[in-house]
Amino acid sequence: MMMPDFGTGARIALAPLPPDWPGGFWWHWLFFTVLVLAFVLSMVMGVIYIERRVLARMQSRLGPNRTGPFGLLQAVADAVKVLIKENIVPAAADKVVHWLAPVVAFAPVVMVFAVVPFANGALLADLNIGILYVVAVSSIASVGIFMAGWGSSNKYALLGGMRDVASIVSYEIPLVLAILGVVLVAGSLSLNDIVQAQQNIPFILVQPLGFLLFFTAACAEINRSPFDLLEADSELTAGFHTEYSGMKFAMFYLVEYAEALAVSAVVATLFLGGWQGPVLPPWLWFLGKVFFVFLVMVWVRATMPRVRIDQLMAFAWKCLFPLALLNLLLTAAEVALWPGAMPLIVIPINFAIAGLLIIIWSKFFKLGWGRVEV
Amino acid sequence: MGLTIAFWAFGTVALLSALGVVLLRNVFRAALSLVLCFLCIAGLYVTLSADFLAAAQILVYVGAISVLIILAVMMTRNVPQGSPGNRLKIPALLVAAVFLGVMAVAMIYTPWQVAATAPAAPTTAPLAGRLFGDRGFVLAVEIGAVLILSAVIGAIAIAREK
Repeated sequence: MMMPDFGTGARIALAPLPPDWPGGFWWHWLFFTVLVLAFVLSMVMGVIYIERRVLARMQSRLGPNRTGPFGLLQAVADAVKVLIKENIVPAAADKVVHWLAPVVAFAPVVMVFAVVPFANGALLADLNIGILYVVAVSSIASVGIFMAGWGSSNKYALLGGMRDVASIVSYEIPLVLAILGVVLVAGSLSLNDIVQAQQNIPFILVQPLGFLLFFTAACAEINRSPFDLLEADSELTAGFHTEYSGMKFAMFYLVEYAEALAVSAVVATLFLGGWQGPVLPPWLWFLGKVFFVFLVMVWVRATMPRVRIDQLMAFAWKCLFPLALLNLLLTAAEVALWPGAMPLIVIPINFAIAGLLIIIWSKFFKLGWGRVEV
Repeated sequence: MGLTIAFWAFGTVALLSALGVVLLRNVFRAALSLVLCFLCIAGLYVTLSADFLAAAQILVYVGAISVLIILAVMMTRNVPQGSPGNRLKIPALLVAAVFLGVMAVAMIYTPWQVAATAPAAPTTAPLAGRLFGDRGFVLAVEIGAVLILSAVIGAIAIAREK
């Protein structure tokens, strides 16, 4: 099959790192494992700080600004505080499940970063099933959330867990369909190849509707506000982690932000060109894009009210799912029938179609008494 | 060497967790044990150079099917007691033993063919070629899709409120 040609540019990419850099399989493994863990843990601190300060700024508050310069050490202080708190396990809890739940939730989120390229070829494992691996592994994290919800033997926790089941099963479908559009255009499942295919044009321009669908579905999948129903404070106290305290609560907090970070990294890789960019070193471009996507998530959180559970379901099945199918059909038709039109002619067409579809759906698709502005 | 160790480790854990599914009284823990079993089977696929199949196994079985099983368990009362025994215990044991025997005999006496060539390194493209390409299994894939679609429509028709 003919692949669309994106590589007319004069910029020559740096030579990729060899797959066993720096010297040998085990050194590669050690270096990138440590790098991924350090990246996740330190970036989580960073994004928690950003979220609290930016959210405060958007809501005309100050946010934490007393601990360290500009309140930078607030996340560190919170982490230390929560680590030395007492660990309380409810008497009626299923002890083993309650204990294992944070671990089961945390491990897959870190595993996602194994295939995310930080620079050309700089990743733990360049799997040829890359993005499928991301989707598969991140779906394991939900098992940890049910374990927490059920193992706590608390009705709020159980309700939170069941809402999570409903939202994950529903939003997985538009999420994967939106990814398939990118895979069709790039012609590969490997994340490094997908980034290389975006040398001149990031896929957010080629796949505008796919980007919106993926971003929305991913936010719902990781329960970011406005889809944070499973821990809706005003209804369920804290949802699935109501009965968690101390270190294990910190683990769930870590999972929440590591998931947000993973979604930001995957969005940056799939749609914003990953490590590609002029002048600055690739890893800096990647970090900048990750932070940018996270800022958009914070912005959405500060803007949108929380949806109801029926709205959550209807939005997935009646709005995102048909749009994702149409997007996939459109992309497949373009790639198969008109590869010569990639990418310059296709970009305005796709933007026009995306805008039209979103307007149509926001007109005839109603929830409750109001309209959904997508 | 490393692959062999991984294969046997995954196989052992898969067997133990499968036993756990049957033997654990607590239905929720049995469901979690089933999740572990699915994960180990995905690991076995990885050691056998079927990485696409492994990812699909995790996505479908761990991500979707076990989630639905756990949802059903969450709706169940008296989960820690497990299912009470009844008069069918001994017939069930007999049927299970016969089934195990048939499976074991079939597996031992089948002349399994081992491919002489090494497995293809990136499996995705050859797999897609076999499934959708020329002289591939596209008819079977489409029949499977139609079957699933009719099952989905049937499920909606049954569950729909009158």
